[in-house]
Amino acid sequence: MNWKVILGISKTHLLSRIKQSSVAALGVTFGIGTFITLGSFMTGLNGLLDGLILDRTPHIHIYNEIEPSETQPIALADRFANSFNVVTSVKPKKSQVRIHNALALLNHLQQKREVRGAIPQVQAQVFFLAGSLQLNGIAHGVDVMEEVRLFNLDEYIVEGNPEDLAKNDNGIILGAGVAKKMSLKVGDRVQLSSVKGGLFPLKIVGLYQSGLADIDNVQSYVNLTTAQRILGEGKNFISDINVKLFDMEKAPLMATQIGNQFDLTAVDVKTANAQFETGTDIRNLITYAVSVTLLIVAGFGIYNILNMMIYEKMNDIAILKATGFSGKDVKMIFISQALLIGCIGGALGLLVGYGLSTAISYIPFETEALPTIKTFPVNNDPSFYIIGIIFALIATFFAGYLPASKAQRIDPVDIIRGQ
Amino acid sequence: MNKSDSYVLEARKINKYFREPVLYHVLKDISFGIKKGEFVSIMGKSGCGKSTLLYILSTMDTDYEGELMLNGVKISGKSNKELSAIRNEQIGFVFQFHYLLAEFTVLENVMLPAKKLGRKSLHEIREDALNKLELLDIKNLADKLASRISGGEKQRVAIARALINEPAIIMGDEPTGNLDSKNAENVFDILKQLSVDKGMSLLIVTHDLDFAEKTDRIIEMTDGRIHGISE
Repeated sequence: MNWKVILGISKTHLLSRIKQSSVAALGVTFGIGTFITLGSFMTGLNGLLDGLILDRTPHIHIYNEIEPSETQPIALADRFANSFNVVTSVKPKKSQVRIHNALALLNHLQQKREVRGAIPQVQAQVFFLAGSLQLNGIAHGVDVMEEVRLFNLDEYIVEGNPEDLAKNDNGIILGAGVAKKMSLKVGDRVQLSSVKGGLFPLKIVGLYQSGLADIDNVQSYVNLTTAQRILGEGKNFISDINVKLFDMEKAPLMATQIGNQFDLTAVDVKTANAQFETGTDIRNLITYAVSVTLLIVAGFGIYNILNMMIYEKMNDIAILKATGFSGKDVKMIFISQALLIGCIGGALGLLVGYGLSTAISYIPFETEALPTIKTFPVNNDPSFYIIGIIFALIATFFAGYLPASKAQRIDPVDIIRGQ
Repeated sequence: MNKSDSYVLEARKINKYFREPVLYHVLKDISFGIKKGEFVSIMGKSGCGKSTLLYILSTMDTDYEGELMLNGVKISGKSNKELSAIRNEQIGFVFQFHYLLAEFTVLENVMLPAKKLGRKSLHEIREDALNKLELLDIKNLADKLASRISGGEKQRVAIARALINEPAIIMGDEPTGNLDSKNAENVFDILKQLSVDKGMSLLIVTHDLDFAEKTDRIIEMTDGRIHGISE
């Protein structure tokens, strides 16, 4: 097959109908450009929303759940084995809130290969006191630098630095909602009182804003030892262990293992945040559905134009066949036209997609809920560009294939006779 | 060398039926041969099957019975791809309607079959094409678009295109049918000159008696049969 001749003919056909060819190519450009823009923008937003929750959620959260025993003593008595036993008003047994032998467990977890980090937390119910005001709240005793490393705590500290907390045993990072209610700012003092009584004056070294008002209205961070002091407990009092893994997919299995092995409650991120994954999947589905629709519409545009072109070019087809071009040559002439349209339109589409998504990434997007985000998030994933150009070529190939096969079958005698 | 070997093109007992709308026997036992350098015309009334015969002889129509020989080689029953190659290399066409690619220049139209054949370099093909145009006295039109020249000129371009691959035979379907008498005579003179000077074999379908009488041999057709051959 003589590609040079075939491509030469295609080129002349396309150039002599530059308007039609451009419209067809622009259809592809529009389809691919929108696909890339939409994909980058939607997955950018998805990443943001997922990050909002998943980044700061531990992959495995270990704690000691207070719950009634599943088996009551009567179940152990042989005498009642075959009867239907009803125990009413079952209450949980009084047991400790802390994780038993937590330091040894932490040590064990940190040595596992799949674990990126395991850090202790102490949750303390407190009241914030400022003048006569009393607000309910939670003080999280944390190893603040580890929280920053594993759960990006620093991204949500809108004023002050996490280092300031690490250096100051009497410091506190207060939720923005609490601070606003009590008109406190960084550098002020706030009094904490524990449930058991006792007052702890702490210095505000930073403000924390997660974007979720319910959390910002109660949350605060203090050092681990401070929280233990508030609760009046010793160094081994640890209420929660948060584990971050290298691979999130391993979380469910490991959570079950830990729960069974140590007789603790271990919740993995997938169970805790199942709705987020569903949301992400649905948003991705919508993105792809819209993009594929756009590309198919562009494909029909090309199909239409090539089909018309072939009716206009009946004479040319007859001449080419009469002068020795085979049916396959003629088919290739039209397929190569479709692919040329696809290539040029697709390449332009890549540029348009890149331009649009870059433009979007400069649009200001400031919201209370997302303190660290200043512009719209865009995910410049090269796979969108690769999928885009491949789809452009496949779609234009098929759009060209049907009309081209028709051209291949045209009998020149019919055309010449019909004149 | 026996007689049939000296034929450029030979038809042996060609029969053709139209199946639509009713079965109709168009060509009945057509047998004849064309020698090298011979200028032959086929005459007959409309509907006698002369164009149908030409399409069969030109290899474009393959739905027939009988045998077709080109340069002593049987070409009946070959695949479409092989037939395309044969048309490209050995047969030149001139139609009643000019059938040039409208968006290409005159020169490109003439060059196209040679580019398809791909035996010579682009430069050589260009030289050849310009020579053919010069032969037909239309070299000045080379760079014009095919859609921008007159009917007589188009027919000459079509002849130049038919010549470009130095075919074994040139076939024409009423090549002067659409031209005024002056242009028609001009085209005839060109064809005659090709036959005399270049030793080209020509087979022309026509219903113009004046035209036919000036050829070497007339094959007369009536109702799908060869009615008579006059020298």
